[in-house]
Formats: sequence, structure tokens, C-alpha cells
Amino acid sequence: MRTENQKAWFFVLPVLLLVAFNALVPIMTVVNYSVQETFGNNVFFWQGLDWFEQILRSDRFQAALGRQFLFTFLILIIEVPLGIAIALSMPRQGFWVPVCLVTMALPMLIPWNVVGAMWNIFTLPEIGLLGYLMNNTLGIPYDMTQNPFAAWVTIITMDVWHWTSLVVLLSYAGLVSIPDAYYQAAKIDGASPWKVFRYIQLPKMKTVLTIAILLRFMDSFNIYTEPFVLTGGGPGNSTTLLSIDLVKIALGQFDLGPAAAMSLIYFAITLLVSWLFYTLMTKDDVK
Amino acid sequence: MAKITLSNLRHSYLANPKGPEDYALKEIDLDWMDGGAYALLGPSGCGKSTLLNIISGLLSPSEGRILFDDQDVTALAPDKRNIAQVFQFPVIYDTMTVRENLAFPLRNRGVAASKIAERVAEIAALLEVEEMLDIRAAHLSPDNKQKISMGRGLVRDDVNVVMFDEPLTVIDPHLKWKLRSKLKELHQRVKATMIYVTHDQTEALTFADQVVVMQDGEVVQIGTPVELFERPQHTFVGHFIGSPGMNLLPAEESSGGRVSFQGQGVALEGPIKGAGGLTQIGIRPEYVTLGAAGVEAQVRKVSDVGRHCVVEAIAGPTLVKAIVPGDPPLQGETVHLGFRQDQTRLYRDGWVATEAAT
Repeated sequence: MRTENQKAWFFVLPVLLLVAFNALVPIMTVVNYSVQETFGNNVFFWQGLDWFEQILRSDRFQAALGRQFLFTFLILIIEVPLGIAIALSMPRQGFWVPVCLVTMALPMLIPWNVVGAMWNIFTLPEIGLLGYLMNNTLGIPYDMTQNPFAAWVTIITMDVWHWTSLVVLLSYAGLVSIPDAYYQAAKIDGASPWKVFRYIQLPKMKTVLTIAILLRFMDSFNIYTEPFVLTGGGPGNSTTLLSIDLVKIALGQFDLGPAAAMSLIYFAITLLVSWLFYTLMTKDDVK
Repeated sequence: MAKITLSNLRHSYLANPKGPEDYALKEIDLDWMDGGAYALLGPSGCGKSTLLNIISGLLSPSEGRILFDDQDVTALAPDKRNIAQVFQFPVIYDTMTVRENLAFPLRNRGVAASKIAERVAEIAALLEVEEMLDIRAAHLSPDNKQKISMGRGLVRDDVNVVMFDEPLTVIDPHLKWKLRSKLKELHQRVKATMIYVTHDQTEALTFADQVVVMQDGEVVQIGTPVELFERPQHTFVGHFIGSPGMNLLPAEESSGGRVSFQGQGVALEGPIKGAGGLTQIGIRPEYVTLGAAGVEAQVRKVSDVGRHCVVEAIAGPTLVKAIVPGDPPLQGETVHLGFRQDQTRLYRDGWVATEAAT
């Protein structure tokens, strides 16, 4: 008879405990809240899937979700091509490489709330460098606290400023890993610069780009701190993204049930889109 | 198809080279005959890849000219020279199928689709890769990838020269043989000039009609594999080619053209040329015999390599290797070394200094 060694479970146990306490238990708490109603005093009433239905049907949630997708879409179509372009134009060797890399990494090292505060001051019409320049020197009305369009331009620019570096650094890592022979062979084969990009550089960057896009999607989809510090979701609700709305419901209105339901929906969307994207990008990979 | 002439070629990777030591290539004058199979043999860092990249146009030489059929191409870009190069690691366009890979150089040059299809079919048949044509190239094994990168070179019918830069480095040993004979066969069928760069003497000697041996940016000898083995012009060739390489023994030269080793006179293949400098006796282990008379030596090590034994014996401070076909002596035994006269020559400062035996 074949005996199975079950000792391996003991080695998995610590990880299992860790995951349980940092992921499973908190999520189950949220699940718990999402199907119940409470009026305090630790008294709970079974609510079923009512909160989910209510959230999904609400105009407020749908609007925030729309804004969220728009924001993520806009920053992705700006940051990805821009990041690739910058990576392509960076030097591959020599004195300037570390200079470029460190310069690129700087924005990412700044804490998120500091980024929000920086851009807030930067764009103030009266004292901010950009705000003053636009309004008083160039005469272009620009006030992100009043004008939704200006607010959107500001949060998009801020995110591009903050996070394009991530795409740059990952793309650059992909680019420098391409052996010289590829470029030499392409030269001999008479390939145009576009074809070199299309058939050599882009395929070789695909893996790192997939990771870069995935990270940028998840981060931007869950973004909270920077727009919260910068616009607080305003003017009006124009820059109220999902997480800002969520915090308003959970901590502002203290509606724990709907907030929990919304968290789960939010989480499911992030997970679903990430999974779809990753599966699509890696489906025809070798091995 | 063209004859390739390198004239007064020098190259340095430094901006302002001063002495000869700053040059990766020192003064090269070479003619590569149309349709020849050449090997460029030398240790790593001897400048062979530099030379190859200069011929293909990936590097432009610091000095000198490159002529294809007497036409100066020194200033031409690689794609204008009609050359093909196969690299150490197979270069494959991963996202394309094998067919698209083979067609790529033709498409870039705007060749008509019907002509492309015809050429691709021809090359695929030649390389025996027809059944792989519609597979994504990324899925191929390394040897097939290398075949495809060769195919991309051969697909153009106007190709002047096909250059191979250590193409078998990443190929499994048992496939190396197959690919190497494939190359030889291709050369006979395509009739293009082929230059094969390698540091592996077996690869060079089996592939080429003419082997160019390089050391420290210089061509030391050009010859057929037999010539390189039988009569090395330079101690480097003697040492680099052969397994084990040539014995180089310190020689004492006395007046009257006599040369001795360990106090015993050594008969050379012919009269000595020149005088002075560092002199060495060069003899291949194949021609060292162990007998009753000769230089006394003590056996240090005997290695049985199958068909014969390599005996290492020490004569004074000098280690001498001999290839012994029959029963080898035992370790520690005293033997007497004999040198076959017509294969014993004197080298002066590295270069051969005896006249050939007639």
C-alpha cells in the first residue's frame, strides 16, 4: 500500500495562518457586513443580497464607476505609450544611464499624500506656480477647485507625472535585455525603425509591459489618496472616484452594509478585469 | 557573389589610438575568393568578430577599405552590402511564423509576393524545414531557430557572402554534427562565399577550405587545414591547432647552425634563417618518439585518450608531450625522446625560422 507523507501540511501552515489573518478574516468581515443591517449595539439583521442590488442600481455608484473607468482608461492610454517612448529614447549605456534612472524613479519615491499636496499648491490660482502662470500670465482661466474639466486635467496630469516612470523603468528593463545581435540582424535584413520596434522591441517588452499595465490598472483603479488630497472628489462630485465614494459611504455616512457590498463589487471588478487582461496577454505565450 | 578584399584594414575601439596595443585589428590585408569556404579561427578576443562586423558593415573600420569585387563598400550600410550574418545566438522574430521570418528580408526590400513565395519554398526545401513553415518561430528548438536565421540569410539570391559568428555555440553536441554537415552541404549547393568564425578548431577545420588563424588582432597564418597542421608558420598556430598542441622547447642555438635541447643536438627539417631573438624548437606530439636513444626524460603522466596515449615527460625543466600509439611507459619511468627530423623546426620570436624539408 502506498503511504502518503502528510508532513508537508505543517510547512504550509504558517503561510495559511498569515493569509488567513491578513486577507481571509478581513474579507469575511466585509462579507459579513454586506449581508446584514445594524443600528448599533451589536445588533444585526439579515439583509440577504439587498445591499448589492441597491448599490448596483444606484445612479451614484454607476456614475462613480463610470468616472473610475474613464480615469483609468485615460491614464493608461497616456502613460503606456509615453512610458515606452521615454524608455526608447533613454541611453542604453554610459554616464547618463544612472542619471536617467534616478531621475525617473524620483516621482515614485514621493508619498502619495505629498504628491496630492504638491499638486494642490502647484495649481492654486493665486499662489501656485502653474495656477498663477495660467491665470495671470497666460490669461487662461484655470481653477481646479471650481471647474470640473480643470480638475480632471489636473488629476490626470498628476497621475501621469507620478506613475509614467513605472512604465518607463519596466520597459527600459525589457529593452536593455535585448541582445545586440537582434538589432544587427535587423539592420542586415533591411528592417525599418518601425519594423524593429514592431517585431523586436515590442515582443521583447511584452512580458514587462503586461506587468506594467496590470500594476497601473490596479493602482489607478484603486486610487484614493492623491485625488482625495488634491480635489477631495470635487468640484461637486466630478472627481469622486470609486474609492473616494466608498470612504464617503463607509466613514462619512457610516452605512457599513452598503459600503461592504460596494467594496466586494469593487474588488470583484478589479479582480475580473485584471484576470481577463492577464489571461488575454499570456494566452499565446511559449511554455 | 563577389570576391572580398580587405585592404590595409585597422580598427580600434578607442577614439584616439596611440600604440599598436590600442588596436583590436592591426593591419589586415586579405582576399576572400568568390565562393570559398573560409574559417576565421582564433581565441576569444583575438579580433575575429570585429573583423566579421567590419565586413558586414555593422562596424566601420578606423582605417582601410573593404572592396566587394573591386567596388569600395567601406561606407555602405549593412543592408546595402547584400551580406548575410548568422549570430551566436539564433535571432528569430518571435511573433512571426517561420514562413514570415524567411520572407522578412525580401519583404523589406519590396520583392514581389510571388517571387517571395518561390524563394521561401526553395530555401525551406534546402534547409528541410518545410513542415515547420506555419509554426510560430518562437516555438522552435534552438537548432531549428539557427537554421531559420541561416535561411533568412540565404533567401536573397544576390547575397555576396554569408558570415557565421560561432553559430553552433548554443546547439546540443549531437546536433552540432548534423548542422555542421548541413552547412557544408549548403556551401556546395549555394556557392556563396562563406566565412565561419569560431574558436573551435574542429569546427574550423571541418568546415573550411581555407582557415585564417588570428591572434591579437593579426592574421598569423592562412592555409588549408593540412597546411596548418603540418607546417605552422607561427608557434601560436602550432599550439592552438592540434590536440594536444605543438611542443615548444627552449632551444640553444650555437654557431654553425646547430641547435640543441638539454645539451643534445637536435636535427632540424632544414637550414636555419636569421639570427638572434628567442628561439624555440617546435615539434608536434605526434612526431615525438620514445626510444632507446635521445633526450632523457622522466614520465610524469600518461593519459589514455582512446586510440592512443598522451605521454607527458619532463626533460630538465621542460615538459614534452608525446603521442604513443602502442603500450605506453609507466609513470616515473625514464624514457628517451626522439624527434622526427622533417617535422622538427626552429621558431625565432614565434615565427618559423627553418626552411622546409624538400
